[in-house]
Amino acid sequence: MKHARIAWAGAIHDAIESDGQLELRTPAFRGRRLAFHEVVWLPPLAPAHRPRTILALGLNYADHAKELAFKAPEEPLAFLKGEASLTGHRAFTVRPAGVTYMHYECELAVVIGKTARNVKQADAYDFIAGYTVANDYAIRDYLENWYRPNLRVKNRDTCTPIGPWLVDAADVPDPMNLALQTTVNGKLTQSGHTRDMIFDVPFLLAYFSSFMTLQPGDLILTGTPDGVVDCQPGDVIVTEIEGIGALENTIAS
Amino acid sequence: MNPSPPPFLPGGTVYGTLLNFKHELALWAARAAEPPYKAPPQAPVLFIKTANTFSPQGAAVALPTDAPEVEVGASVGLVIGNFESFRPQPSVNGSFSAINNEASFALPRVVGCVLLNDLSVPHESYYRPPVKFKCLDGFLGIGPRCVPLTEVGNVNTLKLEVRINGTLRQTVDFHTLVRDAATLLADVNAFMTLQPGDLLMLGSDCLPDGTRPRVRAGDRIEISAPGFEPLVNTLVGEPA
Repeated sequence: MKHARIAWAGAIHDAIESDGQLELRTPAFRGRRLAFHEVVWLPPLAPAHRPRTILALGLNYADHAKELAFKAPEEPLAFLKGEASLTGHRAFTVRPAGVTYMHYECELAVVIGKTARNVKQADAYDFIAGYTVANDYAIRDYLENWYRPNLRVKNRDTCTPIGPWLVDAADVPDPMNLALQTTVNGKLTQSGHTRDMIFDVPFLLAYFSSFMTLQPGDLILTGTPDGVVDCQPGDVIVTEIEGIGALENTIAS
Repeated sequence: MNPSPPPFLPGGTVYGTLLNFKHELALWAARAAEPPYKAPPQAPVLFIKTANTFSPQGAAVALPTDAPEVEVGASVGLVIGNFESFRPQPSVNGSFSAINNEASFALPRVVGCVLLNDLSVPHESYYRPPVKFKCLDGFLGIGPRCVPLTEVGNVNTLKLEVRINGTLRQTVDFHTLVRDAATLLADVNAFMTLQPGDLLMLGSDCLPDGTRPRVRAGDRIEISAPGFEPLVNTLVGEPA
């Protein structure tokens, strides 16, 4: 099942995908169907009971590491994001005035489903609720070599679109076998495959849970492959993962 | 009888600040010019303490077997309130002192301050984000109270005392911040809007030799400041 969280008619609702429409699950409107364009799409995540942990990976695809002139890391290059950087499907992301290089990053996002501590790789999939698509924008002008990638590059308002759907883990038989792609104004600019991750999803869950307890609703953004390009105001960016969804975003000035 | 309220825990994201004391930044000046840093930091250097690190007042923090010794980063966090302004109006009967009003006006949206014990696995390099050094379960002692800004007064004159097993080990003087509270708040909000419930840590200072107080299983850490109930955490070995 594909789950969405939307704003419509003055309130926030849970919905599921049904025959190319949204079917509302909130009691007052249960079963009512809406077209995708009738709603405001929010990040497809239930509110967390504590501040949400959002882990993200840098250089987790060998080709992207090469593209950025780094050798492949020997352990995950992890950084953290605040929930306030998240925004939904069909949202605007702001390009700051005067910057020269702002690029998208199409990423498979893992949503934790059960409290996870010291998880073994062999059991990792038992702890996953589902998957969604994240676009982890970076503004490279602001890179500094202190706790890099620093938050000014990676934790900006509007700069982490996520969605449109949270797809149940049961409906994704092999998350390590999915094609990813990004288009800018309809032109294909990024093409990759989750099988090319340096550290795969079970490894990452085992790695993080070896020192930190993850809770339901926490996120792991698993990194992006080769093929990032600069994005200008007005550009429409679609980051898409096979079987998970196509996340649309427009750059605003 | 009034039961005491539960210890304060953050409702939002906790952001920490690196190298925000003049002494430590000066010690780093030569290294900062060398690879991999190549230049001193320009924007505030921030990190996140995730929710799994939150330890309320009195909690025992379990140290992992591969980190028998950890560093204490005594700090103060600014607690962010709603977007609307709740600045106290000057009172005709003088219940707010002039300095309290000045403090409130200088730190927009800050509702109070909380003591923090930012524990870290010692790490030499500040090049990569410190997730595996700073985000271990229980590695942020918090509280016990959010003290209203009107009671704190001027945050930039606070002095914290760090005691390990009752012995004074460090005095942290917030008069020596690189970015004072208002400047840090403004420079951070320039690229990410702090949300209601978020905490912004002003940073922790090092000792004269550049290290931070080291603690081990069995140690009791107390962080105190005038006007604040002391924050106490103890360290224990990792449960088998």
